[in-house]
Amino acid sequence: MMTAMFGAVESGVIYAIMALGVYLSFRVLDFPDLTVDGSFVTGGAVASIMIVNGSDPFLATIAALFAGFLAGCMTGILHTKGGINPLLSGILMMIALYSINLRIMGKPNVPLLAEETVMTKIDNWFASDWSILLFMLVVTLIIKFITDLFLKTEVGLSLRAVGDNEGMVRSFSANTGWMKVLGLGLSNALVAFSGALVAQYNGFNDVGMGIGMIVIGLASVIIGEAVIGHSSIARATLAVVVGAVLYRMIVTLALRIEFLDTGDMKLITAVIVIIALVLPKILDRQKAAKRKKKRLQQLGGGVDA
Amino acid sequence: MLEMTQIFKVFYEGTPDEKIALNKVDLSMRPGDFVTVIGSNGAGKSTLMNVISGKLSPDMGMVMIDGTNMTTLAEHKRASKIGRVFQDPMAGTAPTMTIEENLALAYNRTKKRTLSFGVTKKRRDFYREKLEMLHLGLEDRLQAKVGLLSGGERQALSLLMATFTDPKILLLDEHTAALDPSRAELITNLTKEIVEHLGLTTLMVTHNMQQALDLGNRLIMMDKGQIIFSANEKEKKELTVEKLLAEFQKIKGGGGLSDRSLLS
Repeated sequence: MMTAMFGAVESGVIYAIMALGVYLSFRVLDFPDLTVDGSFVTGGAVASIMIVNGSDPFLATIAALFAGFLAGCMTGILHTKGGINPLLSGILMMIALYSINLRIMGKPNVPLLAEETVMTKIDNWFASDWSILLFMLVVTLIIKFITDLFLKTEVGLSLRAVGDNEGMVRSFSANTGWMKVLGLGLSNALVAFSGALVAQYNGFNDVGMGIGMIVIGLASVIIGEAVIGHSSIARATLAVVVGAVLYRMIVTLALRIEFLDTGDMKLITAVIVIIALVLPKILDRQKAAKRKKKRLQQLGGGVDA
Repeated sequence: MLEMTQIFKVFYEGTPDEKIALNKVDLSMRPGDFVTVIGSNGAGKSTLMNVISGKLSPDMGMVMIDGTNMTTLAEHKRASKIGRVFQDPMAGTAPTMTIEENLALAYNRTKKRTLSFGVTKKRRDFYREKLEMLHLGLEDRLQAKVGLLSGGERQALSLLMATFTDPKILLLDEHTAALDPSRAELITNLTKEIVEHLGLTTLMVTHNMQQALDLGNRLIMMDKGQIIFSANEKEKKELTVEKLLAEFQKIKGGGGLSDRSLLS
């Protein structure tokens, strides 16, 4: 059980980078970007093919970042220049990427177990069970802080304003179209970066591993916000990281139930998201009802006295 | 400062709903002019604003701002010369961002956005100093989210954001219409103060005739996409609401009861 949980935290920290990407598109830009399902694999594909062909794994992971950036920009261009609805631009890019990923990989599954990857390198450097977790935690937190800082720059502020009030920021001479392209590019860069690391962590890259990734990202964002809150940017991004880890832990716990098997993962994810979305509303309603009852009692008491 | 010649704009052309929103409108404003625009709904006032701001591009005609032909320039590009306050208090600010972040967004209207921080200590002092002009105590709430402000406060902030970077032209689109009378008066006074202080060239649309008479040095009345009445500085001083209504009815030729109710 402990090993399973340890693994959950470990992969949660890696998936947190993907969740930060989803936070950028979904929350900051207010753009439900389904490209994620494709760009996650693109990241893994680029990195794994480069590694298999003898590239430095760190270099390969950085290359994945740029590939994701391009994919995101394409979605942005489809939406802003092509005038295609946000959801549809993401879906189109997602299925286009499926074929592109197959092309990059050359086959549906690229094994990395025999290769030197970022993970094996870290293991060799520090030679501890904790090395991957700590290293990935540092990387994820650095990305979180850079994201926080970026969202406070002039460009970052206008990016946030695009998701908040597009007409307004345009009247302050921001090119909202290119802002969206940039935001989606950055979002998918993080997603692909995470995909590259996940592939190396798992020891293979599979063309199907991106399915439902957007929902996992969403689950992380929503769970994190429910637990940590999102009153400031720094808090919201922290919430996303925590949410990603919590999500992995919940899934691990759920899979302990004998009746469920790994094939039920997506169903579990969907149920978690549904619960995370519905539960706060039910709780709010109950709280409101309780308050109302209390007030009525107080008033009633006043009349009696 | 603003030169509009023969502006023509049709909506839904070639359909039964075809509507001529602007019919060969000419409008010229010198630096420092403050023109108030009145007219009933559908007269073309908002379309006029949108053609100036670049939200709509005219079918015909030319828009010159500050000596540059801007007719085909995209909205965000010409925005560096235009400050704008909308009717809806929600429209001019970003609600989930703080007051200082909103001001930082507005600060960049005339400058290229870079990767330096939008809110620095120096800038914060500058924002605070500007907010003091509003006399609303907002200078002490720099880190408050704008979504928490009241409609009047948000509109005052929008007005400040549109003006503090010295636009060539200020567009006010019924910016007091959604406020209660006392808040509307506050915003009206602030408008007067800021426009006079900065000497801004201003175009203001309003449904409130008294406001149209109180503010500005020129007045135009629009109907069916045309400017049907125009008063210069001297003529405007002698105008009253009654005279304006009479003028309107004279031009429209009777049947003014419904229009009267619309206009007042």
